[in-house]
Amino acid sequence: MATVRRRLTPYLLLFPGAFWLIVFFVVPMYYMARLSLDSGTLETGFQFTWQWSNYGDALSLYKDPFIRAFEYAGAATVIALLIGYPLAYAIAFRGGRWKNAMLFAVIAPFFTTYLIRTIAWETILSDQSPVTSVLETVGLAPAGHVLATAGAVIAGITYNFLPFMVLPIYASLERIDPRLIEAGKDLYASSRATFVRVTLPLSAPGVIAGTLLTFIPAAGDYVNAFFLGGTNNKMIGNVIQGLYLTNRDYPAAAALSFVLMAVIMLIVFIYIRFAGSESLMGEEAVAR
Amino acid sequence: MEAGTAAAPAYVRRESALRRAWDWLREHAVNIFAALVIAYLLIPIAIIILFSFNDPAGKYNFTWVGFTFDHWKTVFSIPELNSALLTSLRLAALATLISTLIGTFMALALVRFEFFGRRTTNFLIVIPMATPEIVMGASLLSFFLILGTPTLGFSTLLIAHVMFCISFVVVVVRSRLIGFDRSLEEAAQDLGANALQTFWRVTFPLIFPGVLAAALLAFALSIDDFVVSNFNSGTTVTFPLYIFGAAQRGIPVEVNAVATILFSVTLIAMGFTVLQQRRAERMAAVRPQQEGADVMGTAPVPPAPGGAGG
Repeated sequence: MATVRRRLTPYLLLFPGAFWLIVFFVVPMYYMARLSLDSGTLETGFQFTWQWSNYGDALSLYKDPFIRAFEYAGAATVIALLIGYPLAYAIAFRGGRWKNAMLFAVIAPFFTTYLIRTIAWETILSDQSPVTSVLETVGLAPAGHVLATAGAVIAGITYNFLPFMVLPIYASLERIDPRLIEAGKDLYASSRATFVRVTLPLSAPGVIAGTLLTFIPAAGDYVNAFFLGGTNNKMIGNVIQGLYLTNRDYPAAAALSFVLMAVIMLIVFIYIRFAGSESLMGEEAVAR
Repeated sequence: MEAGTAAAPAYVRRESALRRAWDWLREHAVNIFAALVIAYLLIPIAIIILFSFNDPAGKYNFTWVGFTFDHWKTVFSIPELNSALLTSLRLAALATLISTLIGTFMALALVRFEFFGRRTTNFLIVIPMATPEIVMGASLLSFFLILGTPTLGFSTLLIAHVMFCISFVVVVVRSRLIGFDRSLEEAAQDLGANALQTFWRVTFPLIFPGVLAAALLAFALSIDDFVVSNFNSGTTVTFPLYIFGAAQRGIPVEVNAVATILFSVTLIAMGFTVLQQRRAERMAAVRPQQEGADVMGTAPVPPAPGGAGG
């Protein structure tokens, strides 16, 4: 009797959470797939007719924002890696007594609302702001405009997802046994060689987790393009949001969401294969 | 040129000064760069706080005009903003309560038990965190649209928020449970505590900081959520949705004041969690011979002879 109870306990503990995730996460995916194959309009009502052409129609119509989303997300991920890695390195190895304060600075943006943070960038990059005039002097803002350009959207995305890059890299650098780095130096490796041959490879799991945690939300984002971009900077997220909530063209919107998810998963899969990640499962724990 | 012999050492000295400066720069390049990146992370926050004291000329709060406390005096005087804030707080409190409860159960099952279907469960927990928010929002909306029930509003928001909070709760509580010293529980049972007593008096106080951290994270995720809420709110307005709606006609300065208040409250809450965590670490460092001391509150087991019967 006791062993039966012991064997049932984990399932009882799991049940409420698993139920919630299956009913409100997994099952809705099926419903979205079904909706993407409906035909009809809002007036006539939607019927399920295996309307595969929804996919081709939506993709050919919204090819540009689709590609743009991946370009912007890719650019933001690369920039976040380039500026996030040195920061994570400084926190892990040079922080000293400032370490906690630096870590705090990395998560501080999360203490303010996402939308307000993005709108703060609208202020910083507005035409009258000192930042814009500096950028104009340097030649980075040709007509004195930064807002409504690809650069503004990419800067916003980079900013908003940078902590997701820094924290996993920091966590993996922090775990490195300092004796390995000392060993490299004892064996007469220059500090650059030690970094390239020892530190960098050992921080690879953090880099992989960080790039994924930045890229995935960035590709689906529409807030940055909404506030910082112009009509020529619409990403696929903006299109999906508009089709669902304004135009109510549900089948096209569902088809685009589905393709977005599929492409992201494909990229993630190829990337993990290519990068040879050992454990992605544990890495996201450090994300927030 | 006749001063050549005298100039030579000066030249050498100057070179070495330059060299020292260069070495210093090379040595500290990473730190300087890190400081710049930190400035990049903090400047928007400074802007948000600064612009809560702005006195904008028109309805758009984008350019600095002059310093005023006016909008702090009227911070809670916009009815729509107040009701959006209250909705957000109510939603976040409920979503936190539910997701923390069922997420903690899941974490306990995953760490404490070997069972069939573990891998699948792990997968089920990781996948929502790896899904873009827009896909979660869109699929839930499709689900509610096809079912036709429940009506989009507070209930659908609650369902959605609990859904995306669960995974994060599990991950945080699980990481706390993994470092758990189980000999403390065994000690309690050896001393005659039953399973329930052991859980409430030993296990729970020890994992409490992890549960608290998870609850705070869930609260922060819920109160800040825009994308999923945007899709599933119907006519209900939360704080981020209010900002989004107001953005088109100019965001009132009071929003910046509210954001500043939220920022400060989160700061305090985080400080409190850190203190709790430190306390738990001290508690976990207490060896069984000291059990029954005041760390547990009222002594759960008869204090050992000569022990600190608190």
